[in-house]
Amino acid sequence: MKTLRLVITFGALVALTPPTAAEPVAIINGTVHTIGPAGTLQDGTVVFEDGVITAVGTDVRVPEGATIIDAGGAPVTPGLMNSFSYLGLMEVSGERSTVDVTSSNEQFSAAFDVSYGINPDSVLIPVTRVKGITRAVSAPNAGSTIFAGQGAILALGEDGAFSIKPRAAQFLTLGSGGARLAGGSRGASGVFLRQAFNDALYFRDNRRDFREGEARDTVLPPIDLEALLPVLDRSVPLAVWAHRVSDIRQVIALAEDFDVRIILLGAQEAWKIAGELAEAEIAVVADARDNLPTSFESLSADFENVPKLIAAGVKVSFMASGNELPHNSRNITQIAGIAVANGLPWDEALAALTRYPAETWGIAEAYGTLESGKDADIVVWSSDPLELTSFPTHVFIHGTVIDLNDTRQVQLRDRYHDLNSQEPPLGYRQ
Amino acid sequence: MILRSILAGCAMISTLTAPVIAAEAEKPKIEVQSAARDLLAAMSTDPYPSTYKVRSAPITAIVGATAHTGTGATISNATLVIENGRITAVGPGIEVPSGATVIDGTGKFVTPGIIDNHSHLGDYAVPAVNANSDGNEATSPNTAEVWAEHSVWPQDPAFLRALAGGVTSMQILPGSANLFGGRSVVVKNVWSRTVQGMKFPGAPYGMKMACGENPKRVYRDRGPATRMGNFAGYRKGWIDALVYQGDWDEFEAKKAAGDKSAKPPKRDLQKETLAAALRGDILVHHHCYRADEMALVMDMAREFGYKVASFHHAVEAYKIADLLAAESVCASMWADWWGFKMEAFDGIEENIPFVHRGGAGCAIVHSDSNVGNQRLNQEAAKSLAAGRRAGLEITDGEAWTWLSLNPAKSLGIEDRVGSLEEGKMADVVLWDGDPFSVYTRAEKVFIDGALTYNRDDPAGQYMSDFELGYVEREGTQ
Repeated sequence: MKTLRLVITFGALVALTPPTAAEPVAIINGTVHTIGPAGTLQDGTVVFEDGVITAVGTDVRVPEGATIIDAGGAPVTPGLMNSFSYLGLMEVSGERSTVDVTSSNEQFSAAFDVSYGINPDSVLIPVTRVKGITRAVSAPNAGSTIFAGQGAILALGEDGAFSIKPRAAQFLTLGSGGARLAGGSRGASGVFLRQAFNDALYFRDNRRDFREGEARDTVLPPIDLEALLPVLDRSVPLAVWAHRVSDIRQVIALAEDFDVRIILLGAQEAWKIAGELAEAEIAVVADARDNLPTSFESLSADFENVPKLIAAGVKVSFMASGNELPHNSRNITQIAGIAVANGLPWDEALAALTRYPAETWGIAEAYGTLESGKDADIVVWSSDPLELTSFPTHVFIHGTVIDLNDTRQVQLRDRYHDLNSQEPPLGYRQ
Repeated sequence: MILRSILAGCAMISTLTAPVIAAEAEKPKIEVQSAARDLLAAMSTDPYPSTYKVRSAPITAIVGATAHTGTGATISNATLVIENGRITAVGPGIEVPSGATVIDGTGKFVTPGIIDNHSHLGDYAVPAVNANSDGNEATSPNTAEVWAEHSVWPQDPAFLRALAGGVTSMQILPGSANLFGGRSVVVKNVWSRTVQGMKFPGAPYGMKMACGENPKRVYRDRGPATRMGNFAGYRKGWIDALVYQGDWDEFEAKKAAGDKSAKPPKRDLQKETLAAALRGDILVHHHCYRADEMALVMDMAREFGYKVASFHHAVEAYKIADLLAAESVCASMWADWWGFKMEAFDGIEENIPFVHRGGAGCAIVHSDSNVGNQRLNQEAAKSLAAGRRAGLEITDGEAWTWLSLNPAKSLGIEDRVGSLEEGKMADVVLWDGDPFSVYTRAEKVFIDGALTYNRDDPAGQYMSDFELGYVEREGTQ
């Protein structure tokens, strides 16, 4: 099934001969949400070839020999991105042997690198991508210090259309979780964090002393300090878990003092200081369902968090947190819809699933909008992508078509669809 | 203590005194024992009774909405009349009683209140600090003696969020660490200082049981450590309960025959709950994920002569939808949770519709979550869509049975709530659009006819005691 190319046109099933990699594909007649400067195009066409978008518009010539998909007016969007997941790192959450998100190794922490553990054959990946999620941040979870280590960004295709951008961000846990890891207090995590950054700068400037054993003591070993340098030269962002207003303000101060690029994770009370975050140009990854005082650091959690942040000019992306993590990473469309129900403009919700995460995580050159030159991560939807009853009719990742029936869940569904079946394996029914 | 002192006194008399004196001495003993017996009899009824009171409310008519009645039907342009806490009329072309408060339902939907039959609100309250962890008496595999109502904190802020999601009743269960986790309590989602003030009047008790990974993980060192150990534990519990029931039956028979020397067996809270479950007075709710385990539990229920009211979580219910339907056992399920442990690994999005299958099975959307219970209608919508994509014909009205009437059945309260039918409690939600859309929110929630939540009136929305001083929310009390 994996090699068979099936392209389902709107309302009809058509099996195609496997096209060559170079063969162009044209999606015509779409309501094309480019999420770019072109806005939304009625009767729009998107053409891609060799995994890259070659044309988007209402007056686009369809190349000769192109496979044509008639969207029949249905929405066409960029593939969506989940901005915090454990995809590829966790098969069965309760079975430690299948979980690679964290380490109790006390020899290093910031250097921890999820990319060594990513499994492209995880059954979670097809389950996620058939829902139109084509990109995901795969993140580490803090183990031995407040630094969780280096996360990756995945393109969720298969074979050549699966890709990993390793070491795409450093992850840090503050708030009560960070306090626990640092010895039981924010007073400790704050000092540790700043000393670690100072040590990394010292390490950068005194490598010889470290080689020769003449360096002063540091709170992290050289391997971790090395891993923090890309954060300190702004080449990768620092993704920080924090919810409480006072904790978020500490993060803002950190960004100023060390000139680092911050992505705030969770951020349940962020709406109370949305303006400060906008001014500091700090992006946020949030779950729009968070509205419970689950802990003493999220007492002001509110459905209005995401709408108010975006209204203030903060770039917000979505994750599916808590019990949805990571198996229901697919539910970010529902989560975006919930944000809309609570006041977020629909266009902004779609941007928070595409362009905003692309910009936040530093992959906007190749992904996040439907524009010429970008990767052909494209989804055609049965109807409104955020609606509960909608589903993708076509998904392309890096220009490769995704077989929407090729998931373990669909196989289970089909096996048990007819319990009266006399066919094996249900032929014996006792 | 009274019983112990009586026994001690008895032993002294029999050894040290002549029979004639003993006979005189026995007089007060019998009286005390009768008093104890009376106390025991009184104790066995309803020691923490519901103090829930229906709030008075004007006659109300919701006019022009689309009604999913909860019975499977959908009525366009319906009028729903509420009077004295009850639904007095529902249908098209109903006359609005004079003096009624009329609510325009044009473009809106009206449904029975959602009943979440798997909740831990109040026993796993937020904030989720250690002190609020009151859901699992994980001290022994059999804690049938505990009652969830003794853990429920009515100030859990999650109750109010669930109300805004249209949840009007819920079953609050003990956790799933134990084979026998204890009694559940069914509550109305109303503001009260006490759990008694929330208790659904006359609802039967439920009892929580748990299959599979949780008990064998929690008790790995002392047992059960395996699934076969789990079953041995269940069967021992049931056998002890049968012996206990037999002792009481014998006592009652002697008493009925006028045998004044008959002594009541010592009351045992654990066996009392188990015996009531075997008699069918307490409904059995069994946390069980795997199809093969559910089939074994149904055999065990036959072995001991009881019935499972509902399996909970039932992630593999779709594999045995026919067996569940044949036994009329409900399955309470999530729309799409899967994979967080081995026994949840085979979850599929079609689980609920496959159990439903044209109404053959009793499918229930449950939450087990203070996040999920805020939008069970959305969870149902996802399942509905998945079922239709798999080729099943399910109407929106049928899907609403998963949210109200079927959970009511599993709780033994379907004669009182769960549908918009004449004479039923007016637990009603008015939605600002199609409740199977992600953009729709509950606008008004009525419990026994009283407007308990009104989105348009922030001043009428309450915060829990806990949130005071922390949370500023415009207009809330």
